[in-house]
Amino acid sequence: MFHGNRILPLVAVAGLALGGAARAEPTVEVLHWWTSGGEAKAVGELKNSFEAAGGTWIDSPIAGGGGDAAMTALRARVVAGNPPTAVQLKGPGIQEWAEQGALNDVQDVATAEDWDAVLPPALAAIMKYNGNYVAAPVNIHRVDWIWANPEVLAKAGIEAMPTTWDEFNAAADKLMAAGITPLAHGGQPWQDATIFEDVVLGVGGADFFRKALVELDNDALTSDTMVAAFDQLRKMRGYVDPNFSGRDWNLATGMVMRGEAAFQIMGDWAKGEFLAAGKVPGKDFICAPTPGQGFVLNSDSFTFFKVKGDDNIKGQKLLASLIMSPEFQKTFNLAKGSIPARTDVALDAFDDCAKLSHADLLKAIEADTLVPSMAHEMAVSRSVRGEFLDLVTEFFNSDMSSQDAVQQLADAVKRAM
Amino acid sequence: MSRHPTGGIVRGGGPGTVALRVVLFAVLGVFCLYYLVPLFVMISTSVKSLEEIRNGTFLSWPRAITFDAWDKAWSGACVGVRCDGLQPYVWNSVMMAVPAVFLSTTLGALNGYALTKWRFRGADIIFALILFGAFIPFQVILLPMARTLGVMGLAGTVPGLILVHTVYGLAFTTLFFRNFFIGVSDGIVQAAKVDGAGFFGIFFRIVLPMSLPAIVVTVIWQFTQIWNDFLFGVSFTVGDSNPVTVALNNVVNTSTGVKEYNVDMAAAIIAGLPTLFVYVVAGAYFVRGLSAGAIKG
Amino acid sequence: MTSIGQRIERRLPLIVVSPLFALSLFFVYGFIAWTIYISFTKSGVMPVYTLNGLAQYDRLWATPRWYVALRNLFIFSGLFISISMAIGILLAILLDQRVRAEGVIRTIYLYPMALSFIVTGTVWKWILNPGLGIERLMRQAGFEGFTFDWLVNSDYAIYTVVIAAVWQSSGYAMALFLAGLRSVDDEILKAAAIDGAGPLRVYTRIVLPSLHPVFLSTIIILAHLAIKSFDLVIALTGGGPGYATDMPATFMYAFAFQRSELGVAAASAVMMLMTVSAIIVPYLYSELRGARK
Repeated sequence: MFHGNRILPLVAVAGLALGGAARAEPTVEVLHWWTSGGEAKAVGELKNSFEAAGGTWIDSPIAGGGGDAAMTALRARVVAGNPPTAVQLKGPGIQEWAEQGALNDVQDVATAEDWDAVLPPALAAIMKYNGNYVAAPVNIHRVDWIWANPEVLAKAGIEAMPTTWDEFNAAADKLMAAGITPLAHGGQPWQDATIFEDVVLGVGGADFFRKALVELDNDALTSDTMVAAFDQLRKMRGYVDPNFSGRDWNLATGMVMRGEAAFQIMGDWAKGEFLAAGKVPGKDFICAPTPGQGFVLNSDSFTFFKVKGDDNIKGQKLLASLIMSPEFQKTFNLAKGSIPARTDVALDAFDDCAKLSHADLLKAIEADTLVPSMAHEMAVSRSVRGEFLDLVTEFFNSDMSSQDAVQQLADAVKRAM
Repeated sequence: MSRHPTGGIVRGGGPGTVALRVVLFAVLGVFCLYYLVPLFVMISTSVKSLEEIRNGTFLSWPRAITFDAWDKAWSGACVGVRCDGLQPYVWNSVMMAVPAVFLSTTLGALNGYALTKWRFRGADIIFALILFGAFIPFQVILLPMARTLGVMGLAGTVPGLILVHTVYGLAFTTLFFRNFFIGVSDGIVQAAKVDGAGFFGIFFRIVLPMSLPAIVVTVIWQFTQIWNDFLFGVSFTVGDSNPVTVALNNVVNTSTGVKEYNVDMAAAIIAGLPTLFVYVVAGAYFVRGLSAGAIKG
Repeated sequence: MTSIGQRIERRLPLIVVSPLFALSLFFVYGFIAWTIYISFTKSGVMPVYTLNGLAQYDRLWATPRWYVALRNLFIFSGLFISISMAIGILLAILLDQRVRAEGVIRTIYLYPMALSFIVTGTVWKWILNPGLGIERLMRQAGFEGFTFDWLVNSDYAIYTVVIAAVWQSSGYAMALFLAGLRSVDDEILKAAAIDGAGPLRVYTRIVLPSLHPVFLSTIIILAHLAIKSFDLVIALTGGGPGYATDMPATFMYAFAFQRSELGVAAASAVMMLMTVSAIIVPYLYSELRGARK
């Protein structure tokens, strides 16, 4: 269904006119929403390497809403029969588009470079459709981090980072008594859901997380463990300041930096904020996994859409190969604050938090406690995720009981499936 | 047609009237504040340094005025991997808005003229059906429109975007002109018909010159709508041909990194300047144009 | 002139209007038909064309968020339209009292209409945010107990949307009414003044009733803005806290583009269109009957 009169990108037309089809230059048009700071720099790296390899890069950045605006544009363009060459698209979203026959595979590149050997199997599975790679991962973000300001902790007499949610609650109560906001948080649905899934991991463990948030097992969703998770979430609601609603996550990070709040629960992109402000990990801020033995995986990837023409196909293959090259994985992730998706890249140049993340990742793969993030579109379809976000954010912003929340959640998930 | 000579009701002398006028100006002044505060915040923030914004309240007067943020917003702010500021995108918007406003206004004028001065059977029904198009939520037509543009070979192009704006502007432009022409006496047109003037002859030589007020109202409305559009711009253009609202969104809605509020505000004002300019310059004609019949139901 | 030329000349109005009308038929009614069809299918990520009965409507009406969106639409439209009209009438009457600086004041009232909410949303977010804006300012000025936290309060957030929307559109309503006042026949006013009617009586009994068509036009324009309010909600609250300020337009957008639920989105669109028709069709009916007189 994706035919119709496609308009070739102007550059491609020019390329054809000048060099002829046989010597088509690799061309990509990349739709992404990394428009600022370390992320924009990271994309800039990719663009530079691509152009150094003789390709033409057309940039289509669309910021806003964690990619919502970009997804709108993507849909309009695929329907118009004019898809971008590569799109910043992740998780089950890749499968959804693949099922529509909208993607090209880059399996020959993946075979030649043996991607299977260097990617965590759980991540590789997400990048494939029918056994062929249709996307290439650029990084691994860990979602279950808790960031803290050691100075503030010391002031309230807290010596160690909490390793259970009970310890967390005890520490938070101490902070409250000392007149400090325990938890810096931004009231946006995805941030609420980030805390929620970290709580689920801590309360129920990795197996329970997988049953409830990935397999959507009805018994798990309505279990007492889930009720306990919501009870903990209700407690967390009491630990945030009154003005949290609608706050961007980086402003919450700023609160921890300035000592206005003690903790923030956020993925490792928060580290970029600390580093940009010249803070030193271990000294000015602490990174520790949230309670619960596991690793909540989030990964950004570029997905290859069905385009035609030698130049575009070449472009896709070149881009895929560049993305997976160890050098790029290193420079990109140094700029973005995440760790390489390839597990075989040396981390010497990285900071201590990244090294901890990498070590925990290998441990989690070993112990089978690596779980995909629900809040960050790695675990379930966008429609189910939407129901989770609606419910969690409604719970967080009202006085709904945990029992009701569990029941409504199970109903909502059933509706969306 | 313009201001009528007596104006208002409260007039004459006496202390009571003076008191009334004080109240009158007080109320008008309070509302001026309500409307101006956001603009004040935008402008003052845009000329503050980032340091000052972090430490002060945003309602405070700027201590040291600097135009660095304006400079950056205009020609240095990064949108993705490109750091040319808003400058190139303003030009994109002009290229898109001018033809779209011209086309939709002209076609609306023709429509309104034909529907009122050459009343044929079904004219009212046609008008009603066209007008209903003004109320269709644009989110609804995004996907079918995308498909249509794809089939027409206009996907991701500026002409495609001009087509979209013209088509969905037609309902309002037709409404404005029809309501204006209804107020214009049929006699002039009849006389011209008797003199043997044709459809287009009457339109260009008689009707168009006298419809300046309606043209002003329509152009202001259309220009504002089209210039400020985000949804169509983001869906139907590609990268370098994005209109300025999409670029502004890319500058302001950063996903990570330090938020440069002064640059955000300067960029927002730059993106809004053309429409502001139109309202300020043509504002006087606007009310006059409206009272000349463009709103008569 | 040949007779063929004359015949074309006679048909010219129809020839001019027809293609434009055809455009409308296709781009408005064709697309509405498409949307209605999609609402009866299983469409998810992309449109599919196999019929699936009323499943999407069942789904829609079982979603709590949809009820919030509907309730908000009624609260918002009602308040937005009535407050904007009230302010518009008040300011128009005041401005009509031969105010010297009328041009400047009128421009100040009117300019918010020129700016899109992509531009002004951030500022409104700051002003209404308790930690940054009015509340903080008042507390710094010594009113320690002052609270204005509507923006972050689920029960009141929708009213902050009204405040910002009124800011944007009430000036436009003012312009429409001012234009209406200016076209009221002066003789009527003089006659009333001779009869000894006070200013208030003149306005409530004579001037405002004669502005009947202006009321209708204003309501239509404001209703159109209310139903389409999208940028406003996204920029100001993002639909939050939670989804407390969700509206049908944002609901539809979220389901179609964030969640890959085209079918549900289409069903909600059909509901919206039905609401719009319920308001517009009676208006058009009275409008056209009026014109025929």
